[in-house]
Amino acid sequence: MNESLTFHFDVDGTDFTSAGQASANVKRSLRQLGLAPDIIRQVSIAMYEGEINMVIHAGGGEADVTVFEDKIEIVLKDHGPGIKDIDLAMQEGYSTATDTVRSLGFGAGMGLPNMKRYTDEMHIETEVGKGTTIKMYVNLTD
Amino acid sequence: MTIGTIKEILEAEVVCGEESLDNEVFSACGSDMMSDVLAYVKNQAVLLTGLVNSQVVRTAEMMDMVCIVFVRSKKPTPEMIELAKDSSLVILTTPMRMYEACGKLYENGLRGESRHV
Repeated sequence: MNESLTFHFDVDGTDFTSAGQASANVKRSLRQLGLAPDIIRQVSIAMYEGEINMVIHAGGGEADVTVFEDKIEIVLKDHGPGIKDIDLAMQEGYSTATDTVRSLGFGAGMGLPNMKRYTDEMHIETEVGKGTTIKMYVNLTD
Repeated sequence: MTIGTIKEILEAEVVCGEESLDNEVFSACGSDMMSDVLAYVKNQAVLLTGLVNSQVVRTAEMMDMVCIVFVRSKKPTPEMIELAKDSSLVILTTPMRMYEACGKLYENGLRGESRHV
């Protein structure tokens, strides 16, 4: 792979049922590229958690995945309410999700911690009232 | 343990994936919280759950799981069945409750082996 490959998706914030479509597409594309199953799983789980977050907290957003020679970059951008306290949001078990979201199987306060767990690097830029951009990297080489 | 054996132990019905009953399952996970499921990677795992929505199938797909068992005779929607077929996932439904279903599988040697990435 000499050139980088980019995938772009608009994540629909109104439809919980279709959430995860972008991650499923990325997973399929990475498989076609012949990447290792562990790497594919890391990328797709991290992106899936991010995609769910965008749907349940931010009314949707955009996802861009770029495959470089040595790493995969996942950028998730939304114009939602922003994260007030990142340290708190990074704690396992802390969530601001509603009971409705919980009844759908999410909002256990594991989303952001899982995204960090499955990636080699994660950066959060957020502004209350403006939105959040999360960049994650998974290394392809040791 | 094969998916077929799980079907026998749990007295389950096959909703889709009949052709994959000979596939092996090495570990299991029982939960209604999908983020808890996503926190631990398991090898060729089965997911037991009482939650019925598309995200259950998506979660299993992202985790490379091989089978989903719905407890208390819950039935997936046609949309979920389509998603499962796309990912070659077997779906079973058992009349047993979560505690009993997990207990029976554990008793028969299927452990919840899992690891953090």
